[in-house]
Amino acid sequence: MSSDRSSPHLPRTDRSEPLLVVDDLRTHFEVEAGTVKAVDGVSFTLDRGRTLGVVGESGSGKTVLSRSIMRLISGGNASTTGTIRYDGQDLLAKPQREMQKLWGVEMAMVFQDPMTSLNPVVKVGRQLTEHVRRHLGVSKAEARATGVELLRSVRIPEPESRFDNYPHEMSGGMRQRVCIAIALACGPKMLFADEPTTALDVTVQHQILNLLAQQQEERFMTMIMVTHDLGVVAGRTDEIAVMYAGRIVEKAPTAELFRDMRHPYTQALLWSIPKMSEPKHTRLSAIAGRPPDLINPPKGCKFSPRCPYVQDRCREEEPPLSAASGPDHQFRCWYPVGSPESKVAFETNLAAGLPQTMAAAGKLEATEELSAVPAAAGGGR
Amino acid sequence: MAGSGKAHLRAAVDTVLRVEDLTVEFPAGKDRVVHAVSGISFDIARGETLGLVGESGCGKSTTGRAILQLPKPTGGSVQLKGTDLTHLDGESMREKRTDLQMIFQDPISSLNPRRRIGEVVAEPLDVWGPHEDDEQWKIVSAMLDAVGIDPDVARYKRPHEFSGGQCQRISIARALVMEPELIICDEPVSALDVSVQAQILNMLEDLKAQYGLTLVFIAHDLAVVKNISDRVAVMYLGKMCEISESDELYARPAHPYTRLLLSSSPIPDPTAVIDDSLLVEGELPSPIAPPSGCRFRTRCPLSDEICERVEPQMRRVADDHYVACHHPLVEIDEVAVSLD
Repeated sequence: MSSDRSSPHLPRTDRSEPLLVVDDLRTHFEVEAGTVKAVDGVSFTLDRGRTLGVVGESGSGKTVLSRSIMRLISGGNASTTGTIRYDGQDLLAKPQREMQKLWGVEMAMVFQDPMTSLNPVVKVGRQLTEHVRRHLGVSKAEARATGVELLRSVRIPEPESRFDNYPHEMSGGMRQRVCIAIALACGPKMLFADEPTTALDVTVQHQILNLLAQQQEERFMTMIMVTHDLGVVAGRTDEIAVMYAGRIVEKAPTAELFRDMRHPYTQALLWSIPKMSEPKHTRLSAIAGRPPDLINPPKGCKFSPRCPYVQDRCREEEPPLSAASGPDHQFRCWYPVGSPESKVAFETNLAAGLPQTMAAAGKLEATEELSAVPAAAGGGR
Repeated sequence: MAGSGKAHLRAAVDTVLRVEDLTVEFPAGKDRVVHAVSGISFDIARGETLGLVGESGCGKSTTGRAILQLPKPTGGSVQLKGTDLTHLDGESMREKRTDLQMIFQDPISSLNPRRRIGEVVAEPLDVWGPHEDDEQWKIVSAMLDAVGIDPDVARYKRPHEFSGGQCQRISIARALVMEPELIICDEPVSALDVSVQAQILNMLEDLKAQYGLTLVFIAHDLAVVKNISDRVAVMYLGKMCEISESDELYARPAHPYTRLLLSSSPIPDPTAVIDDSLLVEGELPSPIAPPSGCRFRTRCPLSDEICERVEPQMRRVADDHYVACHHPLVEIDEVAVSLD
């Protein structure tokens, strides 16, 4: 497997149109308690052959975002608005039947759980060649040959005999390889990988990520990798979008994001994970509070209730996605990390004893309650 | 991998738990046997956290449960403060269980959804006393407070009213009310978001200092294990590969499998070099028919004929660092071995 990690592809100028342009995408779900704004105004463009990592905690909207783009969100209570231009076509204007012609051929998805994304009572070979036969109209024998070749390309040993296996006869790593083979079967231009390795062991995860990178390079695919693991995106993506409460709060080329992160949430997310390079018992910098309620999100900046730099303006006015040092680096913050204003804000909050600032400074233990006196806080949910 | 041997057991420490030659086997039908854990030995000193890492199927959870005699191990001994649990009868084991507690991976399903938090946490006291409500509540509220849950707010609520992180705090409070000698944490943070995970890990460290807890911490995330553990044991297919003080293990892995795990772990730094040199294709062999000799040899880039014939024994690499490998990546401290 290749150990090239980022941008093995053509230089930027050689590419014409971006493959994917998403503008002001909103996916809302009506439920009894109100409207869940799972994705709320997401815009980005993605050039051909690049990999975008979408990072965030559970409930940040990262999975709904990728499914909305593929138009996999169904149900009467869901609505998707905005525009999605894929290769010059307006996806949201297409009827569902038209979308079916794109699935597999133009865009495909690898799901999180390899155990449940295969049909347990159908042999993997048939699951693998189902859409090859449908889309490409080949004979059964040809489809089998293609299927065996696909299994070989994702490095499944003895592909001829594995073709006739049922999913339960394979390990988790092998099943995820089959899922990748299914996604790649019709040669899609765009691959969505939704937490493709979360259910797998680290050694298998490493193999699967290498496999995805290698297949992407060979096929010149564009990829969106959705994950909660900053470690996975750090080594495997060209750009990263950090999501919080259904919005992109920061987006930058991978190296730039890690070198010069501007949004307090990005910083907090990175600081909260234990790192192997640190000595044992290193105190972790936990984020106080918990992910926001998507039905009644906070006014102003959605991260403001948990943010150590928060000021009055943040609680009232939501910051727009604005450019940082380069046009490729955008963030949504009034008091960006590293700016003199943010330092003043932090000091002010510390002096005022704001719990999340105290926690960030290591003077108070971060909990899910944000009241200054934990005993006075509500039970929460 | 590994291997057997007890060279790494310590004599001069205040040992809470000493496990020797622990073997757990399960019948698999047609006279076949799953060798889940095959002769591992380790000890844990008072106030220490031992991390157990390895891929799924390596036997780390089975080891944790075998300490609790759930189920009783097939062979070997489990000594808790000098008492061999494997020889106790049912009633004495029941009494001993108060010294052992467990925290599970899924915090929400490990609390009974129909009961109130006050009852859930007080349940161990219902069995062992004190039985008076006031006495119980004094203990329960102190524990809830210690884990960062407001006792008066939580008392009459039910588990569904709390988030995953809060449920895990409540599970920890329940484990603490008996003041156990040893708590076995089986993947306690893997179901939680990173922000909440950090809160729980910090809290466990605080509780450890406050109550002098001794922990077995089972997890598959190597960074998490390093953060919380004083010593780490690496397991593969029912055997122990390597055991060491944590910083030493991560700085100088001696077993090829440990290095494979370390180099496979994603690092949140785009400038980090991805090391594929030790990457081997292939999967965990079946624990029904494990490979002869060293069990890791089928995936090991360094394996040769001796690995097939002879099972490696634990050998000393440095102070508190032992490895079971014929071809360790760092030099064996032969002098120390002959002195032992």
